[in-house]
Amino acid sequence: MMTDQQLFDYTLMLADSTLIMSQRLSEWNGHGPDLELDIALTNITLDLLGQARFLYQFAATVKNEESGGTLVTEDSLAYLRDAHEYKNVLLAELPNGHWGYTIIKLFLFVHWQQQVYNNIQETKSDALAAIAEKSLKETAYHIRWTDDWIKRLGDGTEESHAKMESALIDLWPYTGELFQPAPFETFTAKARQGIFEEMKRSWQQQIFSVMEEATLSIPRDNTWMQSGGKTGTHTEHLGYILAEMQYLQRVYPGCEW
Amino acid sequence: MVTDGHMVSPAHITLTDIRKLVSEIPDPEIPVITIEELGILRDVCEKEGTFIIVITPTYSGCPAMDMIAVQIRMKMLEAGIPHFRIEHQLSPAWTTEWINEEGKKKLMEFGIAPPQGGTEEDLEAIHPACPQCGSEHTALVSSFGSTGCKALFRCEDCREPFDYFKCH
Repeated sequence: MMTDQQLFDYTLMLADSTLIMSQRLSEWNGHGPDLELDIALTNITLDLLGQARFLYQFAATVKNEESGGTLVTEDSLAYLRDAHEYKNVLLAELPNGHWGYTIIKLFLFVHWQQQVYNNIQETKSDALAAIAEKSLKETAYHIRWTDDWIKRLGDGTEESHAKMESALIDLWPYTGELFQPAPFETFTAKARQGIFEEMKRSWQQQIFSVMEEATLSIPRDNTWMQSGGKTGTHTEHLGYILAEMQYLQRVYPGCEW
Repeated sequence: MVTDGHMVSPAHITLTDIRKLVSEIPDPEIPVITIEELGILRDVCEKEGTFIIVITPTYSGCPAMDMIAVQIRMKMLEAGIPHFRIEHQLSPAWTTEWINEEGKKKLMEFGIAPPQGGTEEDLEAIHPACPQCGSEHTALVSSFGSTGCKALFRCEDCREPFDYFKCH
């Protein structure tokens, strides 16, 4: 059985991961390789932002049920927490790099989201189940799009293939964290032994099959994995993202359009 | 208190009146179709003297939802209704299956090819009829179009591009 604090932390982890991924992707706005791709990525960015909003709104209602303390809102959660309070997975905050780099990041991320949303019933939260039910429809389209690009770039030219292989080696150490339960996720591990192993296997099955079709090398299983994002230990990149995202609210507290 | 040319006394407003008022609100992006025809308006009910309008968001990030809430608020205030509440219902999730036939016809007339049915599809495998010339000799340009809910297609006969409302 989840405590309210675990529910709050877990929801924040999902919300933060989705928001930071959205914020990173939005850096492509106006810089896409062509107009259709710029619009495609912007649409995905907006979907993720919408999901983040629902998650923050729910996190706020969970927090506000505690008696005493100032009321929180989706905005105060997003704009007034510092890097060490953010619980996003590290994969979300990594730089965009070249187009292929961004595609791989998003590919790994949206397949992870699908696993999480498909297993949300472990939280026993109706609100999270409703958010997951809705988000899965969008994730399905995100997956189609990223899978397609993995194949086009992986099984593309010699140059695109080489760039994708190199990017995959860089990014792979950040995937371990996705299936390592943080302390606030142990409710799930207790509830159903091995669920994180199951999710990881299912995730690997899906992405490896796409990567094989893309003629990309499957990384070794014993690669050293980076972690810490879920518990507030981030790379230096998050500081810059938050500085830009939170600037206005920090300088003009309470400002509105 | 005047609304639509009829004198309406707040004391005599019925649930039916409210339903009619709210169901006629057009979608901000596609003004030929109402929020009822799109399946965004889920329920209008009354509880202890407060009218409750239940809406459901289409896509998670849809910016029109904020606009729709504002328009509902304005309609209610114009009609002099003091006690009302707008509720957002996430489950059951909105689906294009809730767009009725009348709505689909209006989309087509407006120049947007309506969703073909189902809740997810392989966009590369379908050939929606061109809203301009009716030809089915159409091809996908991009899965993501001018808004999150639409994809971009091109007609190979009349050569015009058009939006397709994706199955959701």
